[in-house]
Amino acid sequence: MALAPERPRIYEGSRIPSPIPTVLEAPQYLRDTDDILTVNFGPNHPSTHGVLRLVVDLDGEAVVGVRAVIGYLHTGFEKSMEQKSWWKAITYPARVDYVSFQYNELVFVLAIEKLLEIEVPPRATWMRMLLCELNRIHSHLVWLGTAGLELGAISMFWYCFRERDRILDLFEMVGGTRMHTRYFQAGGLAEDVPPGFWDECAKFVEIMPKAIDDYEALVDRSEIWLERTKGLGLLSREDAIALGQSGPVLRASGVQWDLRRAEPYLAYDQVDFRVPVYHGGDVYDRYRVRMEEMRESVRIIDQALRRMPDGPWIADDRKVVLPPREELHTSMESLIHHFKIVTEGYRVPEGEVYVAVESARGELGCYAVSDGGPRPWRVKFRAPSFVALEATATAVTDALVADMIAVLGSLDTVMGECDR
Amino acid sequence: MKEAHGETTLVVDPARLVEAALHLRDEVGFDFLSDISATDYLGWGGKGVSGYIGTPGGRDLNRPSTSGLQKLPDPKPKRFSVSYHLLAIRSDPARVRLQVWVDDGEPVPSVVSVWPTADWHEREAYDLMGIAVDGHPNLTRILMDDDWEGHPLRKDYPIGGEPVRFSGDE
Repeated sequence: MALAPERPRIYEGSRIPSPIPTVLEAPQYLRDTDDILTVNFGPNHPSTHGVLRLVVDLDGEAVVGVRAVIGYLHTGFEKSMEQKSWWKAITYPARVDYVSFQYNELVFVLAIEKLLEIEVPPRATWMRMLLCELNRIHSHLVWLGTAGLELGAISMFWYCFRERDRILDLFEMVGGTRMHTRYFQAGGLAEDVPPGFWDECAKFVEIMPKAIDDYEALVDRSEIWLERTKGLGLLSREDAIALGQSGPVLRASGVQWDLRRAEPYLAYDQVDFRVPVYHGGDVYDRYRVRMEEMRESVRIIDQALRRMPDGPWIADDRKVVLPPREELHTSMESLIHHFKIVTEGYRVPEGEVYVAVESARGELGCYAVSDGGPRPWRVKFRAPSFVALEATATAVTDALVADMIAVLGSLDTVMGECDR
Repeated sequence: MKEAHGETTLVVDPARLVEAALHLRDEVGFDFLSDISATDYLGWGGKGVSGYIGTPGGRDLNRPSTSGLQKLPDPKPKRFSVSYHLLAIRSDPARVRLQVWVDDGEPVPSVVSVWPTADWHEREAYDLMGIAVDGHPNLTRILMDDDWEGHPLRKDYPIGGEPVRFSGDE
């Protein structure tokens, strides 16, 4: 079924602008003609997914120059975290990327655990993996809904948010809140999983593949969708690596790279899943990668549900982990430990670590430095959205202004994470 | 060269950073720059949050049955560290941290020519930490306003009390 016209496929050589890799400058002969219109796109525009500003040079409808301006959502998370104890700082990362919050929490907790050299019980590891995969689906659904909306597929939004709501219900069941659950602790989980969760999650696993079929039926054969996604926003394999792209953007450019497979963390080496890779490097392939990733995430959740180990959900280390509530009434030692952890915080040995996980958007890293005290000396997040926006200038080469929105959407950026 | 927590850190002289970067990219295969993180070590080893004064051989407060004061962290060579987290995308992936140490105002050469993705990372290090990046094509503030004063992630930058700015006061 060849509905969409054939467009030039992936290009040869490099398209990264020079000398500034992130700024596409209009050529001199066009600037001389005085026909260039410079438009401020954003910072408040529905399709910028937050507060991104693009300064766009237009020649008619063609984009000839683009410069991304970020920082409108800078909230100083990294500075704030230095003022809190490690224990309290776990609250912050989830707010950094409010769409795939569970990953930010995970990466920070993994960094603390790496510094502490604390062992996490298998039940906590598997539960973390399950929640993270639920979160990946959640994030991709938000992406698909909003990206579809921007390209005119309005019904997509309602369908996606229907399933998204089910995922949030599951999070609410586990952590008590729908977003920003702060459910991961250094050493494991805050609470055991409530018994009703398994049945609800199993129901979700059953309906989700059918829901993905629905989404594909809605857009995959829509001529408008194909027309507006195929052959656009091209990013070659070499350019994607040079620009530090990761996650679905990198995999859509033909790079077989997924941290869950390449550097397995949690229990990803024990589950069976596929890493979808496409070679077109366009908006459509990024969409395909995300759709298939959702299917793979459902498979991982299904395996985690069946193979969830029993046992403790948090490490038994009283210097780091809060003692069980009931012990506080009978044990003086527990009371002292509880008091010390809550007021002063646990001490994390001196050192520096970099931990990376595959978030819904790509490589999410956390660089943490400790001076041996109860507060982080420095925390830095490697935000995949921040890096994805660096590719804007390369990907919108030859685009029309309407295509730019599709390209920008396909990079799937969350400004909270980008500006931190 | 240091090994800690299963991670390798290569410390290089800032003057030879680009040379080291090119070698790592072309000879060793670190084609992917994950991240550039700058850290300010001003006041490193001072009083902790709870006011303990440490001693170099001090106790580890996380271990029971040790006595004495808290152990002081190892001193750092200069005030700032800039860490380049590199990754080799291949079937046997590898990571390495390339690190340079500088004092306030001392320049760090730009690696934009080696990894184009360094563009924004270096601007962020300049904006938030005040690292003087030498040879960057467009070294301007990225997250803060263009006319912002100071570098917020430095340890001597106070938290809170930012002046509220109104569009009327020019």
